[in-house]
Amino acid sequence: MLKDKDRIFKNLYNDMGSDIVSSQKRGDWVNTKEIIDKGRDWIINEIKDSQLRGRGGAGFPTGLKWSFAPKELGSRPHYLVINGDESEPGTCKDRDILRFEPHKLIEGCLIASYAVQAHVCYIYIRGEYFVEGEKLQAAIDEAYEKKLLGKNAAGTGWDLDVYIHYGAGAYICGEETALLESIEGKKGQPRLKPPFPALIGLYGCPTIINNVETIAVVPTILRKGGKWFASLGREKNTGTKIFCISGNVNTPCNVEEEMNIPLKELIEVHAGGVIGGWDNLQAVIPGGSSMPLIPKEKCETLTMDFDSLMAEKSGLGTAGIVVINKDQDIIKCMARIARFYKHESCGQCTPCREGSGWMWRMLERMAKGEATKDEVDMLGDVTNQIAGHTICAFGEGSSWPVQGLLRHFKKEIIERNNLDPIVQKKNNIPYLVDQHLLDKKNA
Amino acid sequence: MSLRRPAKIQPEYFEFNSSSLEAANKIISRYPDGKQQSAVMALLYIAQRQNDNWIPLEAMKYIAKFLKMPYIKVYEVATFYTMYNLSPVGKHFIQVCTTTPCMIRGASKLVEACKEKISENECELSNNKSCSWMEVECLGACVNAPMMQINDDYYEDLDKEKTLKILDQILKGETPKPGSYRGRLNNEPENNRKTLMDYKNA
Repeated sequence: MLKDKDRIFKNLYNDMGSDIVSSQKRGDWVNTKEIIDKGRDWIINEIKDSQLRGRGGAGFPTGLKWSFAPKELGSRPHYLVINGDESEPGTCKDRDILRFEPHKLIEGCLIASYAVQAHVCYIYIRGEYFVEGEKLQAAIDEAYEKKLLGKNAAGTGWDLDVYIHYGAGAYICGEETALLESIEGKKGQPRLKPPFPALIGLYGCPTIINNVETIAVVPTILRKGGKWFASLGREKNTGTKIFCISGNVNTPCNVEEEMNIPLKELIEVHAGGVIGGWDNLQAVIPGGSSMPLIPKEKCETLTMDFDSLMAEKSGLGTAGIVVINKDQDIIKCMARIARFYKHESCGQCTPCREGSGWMWRMLERMAKGEATKDEVDMLGDVTNQIAGHTICAFGEGSSWPVQGLLRHFKKEIIERNNLDPIVQKKNNIPYLVDQHLLDKKNA
Repeated sequence: MSLRRPAKIQPEYFEFNSSSLEAANKIISRYPDGKQQSAVMALLYIAQRQNDNWIPLEAMKYIAKFLKMPYIKVYEVATFYTMYNLSPVGKHFIQVCTTTPCMIRGASKLVEACKEKISENECELSNNKSCSWMEVECLGACVNAPMMQINDDYYEDLDKEKTLKILDQILKGETPKPGSYRGRLNNEPENNRKTLMDYKNA
């Protein structure tokens, strides 16, 4: 277990209060000026040395991302945008940072803004987190009052304004380009990449977008040194991470732990074990709903980091762990996730808009045992038609959980759904061709 | 995608009152000159708060003029985002999360409670016209599942009995205390905390 002195978020459960006085006692804002005086290159190099990877799901190296911002300030201003549109089922880490550790985030904003030469920072929060947003706003007001933001912020000579922008219940706005569209006052439909936001982003200006957790850990890394952060976890998967453990466990909770921690330790030690004992475990979704589930056999030895989960054909994502025990109907659970994606598709690309609905309806029927034998393969085919054929990663996000279900629980689906196909297929003809037309000779 | 339609019966006139106007101007000042369109989402919220929790078409037209942008662009935004209510909802608007992490911890019981206390169907006003409820997608409090949101506040760690009690209070016009209903501190592991113990006891 990680030692308390190595934890970054010491107020994760709000034992001490989130106001500026108690934050300063915990070490926030103490020597911000000294850090910034060391210069842009030092900051970016230190973050590169720490091997910090983005905490929003994709795991892109943060130092590298910052170095993409143009070195010289041109005619267009730079922007820093913080992504707090946390809507992935199973994930609720940013909520706690926003309400209990807001000063870590704001200080991180100042340092990151300096590093990428931005004078304006927008924090995009999902609309449902209204109370959390108010708490963050209170913290921002405190910071302005103490001259930690605004003109010559914290005595560093850098001007920075921080504003909150509320979303309004669209999951897709967590995708970085959709988020930019949303800030520009349009509907949140993702843009094509390239051009990447680091060059053409918000209002067509260079924009760096980072997750709340990524930015909130930056001040601590710079204080304790990139080497300290890199010493936790393992190569390329360094540091600490807030894990959210929900579902069928005795004590669901958020906990900050070292990367590469065994999944079993997280569940048994922090979450009080699976309801009904470890043997009652059925499957685990390791990183928020869009990551493929992992069956019990593999959970015994699994460690939680980006690369080891990738090796299991899943992913760490946002580290929202959903534990599903044997009392649950796994097909129904996945059908509900498919319904979520059907509801949240932005409707821009046809494969995703239509396909997410197909997947949901097929899975609903499969949960009831109303599907035919051939539909199981058909479902797999639909997922392949969606993944990789859309503008943004939502296509993958919606089809991966279904692919995970098919990979590990195909037997259960086939056992429940053994009706004969409605149309008898001719062997060498793919089902996508209209069968009734083939019966005509000249068709 | 979700299907969203504006209400059939619409008011004939809408205008910001003075406090809304002040809030709107403050928000517009946060964005660069000429980019006032960015404020459309916040202005729709302000309109929704002013107009009993829903947005009439007149308000969209008003905001379009206010921000000097085409009406259809405002309409697009209002119909795209699900938190803008396009038809009247109760003064107390109850949203029950039923996505998988909540579902496997018994969110359907919360839905039952809403059906018993408020109305048989979603988005239907209760008998005393003060409440309505609906099922929503993940609200982002998964470790506190099952949970629901009433207006701005989260009510967490619920079961059917506790939900019935909360709904009773709401129907009587009281405001129940938001937060966890199992007595734990925010999102700590209940009676099983092993981290940051020095701070807990400090």
